[in-house]
Amino acid sequence: MFPPSFLFDIVKVSGFMGLAKRIIPCLDVNNGRVVKGVNFVSLRDAGNPVEIAHRYDEQGADELVFLDITASSDNRDLILHIVEEVAAQVFIPLTVGGGVRKVDDVRRLLNAGADKVSVNTSAVLNPQLVEDAASHYGSQCIVVAIDAKQVMDDKHNSPRWEVFTHGGRNATGLDAIEWAKKIQALGAGEILLTSMDRDGTRHGFDLALTRAISDAVDLPVIASGGVGSLDHLVEGILQGHADAVLAASIFHYGQHTIQEAKRYLAKHGIEVRL
Amino acid sequence: MTDIAIVDYGMGNLRSVSKALEHVAPTASIVVTSDPAIVQKASRVVVPGQGAMPNCMRELTSHGLKDVVLEAARNKPFLGICLGLQMLFDESEEGNVKGLGILPGKVRHFSHDAMIDSDRNKLKVPHMGWNQVHQTIQHSLWKGIDSDARFYFVHSYYVEAINPEITAAYTLYPTPFTCAIAKDNIFAVQFHPEKSQLAGLTLLSNFTKWEPHSSR
Repeated sequence: MFPPSFLFDIVKVSGFMGLAKRIIPCLDVNNGRVVKGVNFVSLRDAGNPVEIAHRYDEQGADELVFLDITASSDNRDLILHIVEEVAAQVFIPLTVGGGVRKVDDVRRLLNAGADKVSVNTSAVLNPQLVEDAASHYGSQCIVVAIDAKQVMDDKHNSPRWEVFTHGGRNATGLDAIEWAKKIQALGAGEILLTSMDRDGTRHGFDLALTRAISDAVDLPVIASGGVGSLDHLVEGILQGHADAVLAASIFHYGQHTIQEAKRYLAKHGIEVRL
Repeated sequence: MTDIAIVDYGMGNLRSVSKALEHVAPTASIVVTSDPAIVQKASRVVVPGQGAMPNCMRELTSHGLKDVVLEAARNKPFLGICLGLQMLFDESEEGNVKGLGILPGKVRHFSHDAMIDSDRNKLKVPHMGWNQVHQTIQHSLWKGIDSDARFYFVHSYYVEAINPEITAAYTLYPTPFTCAIAKDNIFAVQFHPEKSQLAGLTLLSNFTKWEPHSSR
């Protein structure tokens, strides 16, 4: 007896509204500071992570992503403290990634107050980690980050996207679309997709890549890499079929507030949380 | 004496639930506990939950918490969150396990065939993000929260309540499902108030002051 008819009777009078597309500011954290790079290098300081998290929460950010971009063992405690401090004051979902190598790293980040943990290099090196972490803590808290770059497929003489690891330094030979399907099967709950070609360029998302991945899986996809204007956010959702859009520099340096971005999306007929 | 016990049966992170409650009730004594005796003595009980239903029911039993949770659901202000809502029902399709059976109904998976919105776009599972909560009754826990306010959801299974009287709100994804239930001293939600910013904090604050028997 699904769906229960009593709910349909109620719905008739209220009209359809749906799940909002999410706007997610990303805080790349290096030695306890928020930084932003171009094509994964040349870092520029953007401020204190706790203060920035507060500001974005007040502006109506739907979630926050923290990426520990150095992620060496001596920096690990630093990001744990930052997550703890933010989680005690900011009541929206927090995703933390960078240097997660084993299930115990997932546990420590969740205990510090992260709601989701993002894995990237370790997922490629050890796919079992995704499966173990998802079965332990639930798919809802396991995000797999994919850093993809367009390459020429010699065999078919056509472009495709390859997965890179280690902050974009190592090619894996993995096809990004096949990898996305694989991690869905392993139990990931969400995909954070970054175009390395676009990251930091402010030329907009790689829309073909975003759409190819989003349409290939049932999981929500966060588009990342290349946002330079509010139109890029709109394109990522309408043309890239992204469920959420992630951006850093347009928010960090005061070009736009989250609220402005949301109103712009709403003006283009996109469902947002205002 | 503990004002609010957050039941910890080993299913992941409960820190966000305790932090949010501490934020709205700074003077209350709030503990995250797996000790049945503490749960039994607490004035109010919160049962959060993430992950998979079969593990959840197994852990609840192995920690010796099933009876005290049942007892709390019968006679003191009780807030279920996510799996804490789902477990109240008869059974779940997730691993085909029995729930606590306090409320009649079944927990179902979002059927992939039905997941198409009005523009023919594919809807993703899990249902993840901020969706509107359409209130269907007046309740102390809705005080100060607009009907249709957005809350944060993340789940692949939803409750199909048999009894319409216990539905306190519904959400569309893409068809309507019961996202909040209210019955006597029980209030339970599919969304995560602890992650739903102002609307969520208001609901949690209302829970800390709720007197189920004096008013609904």
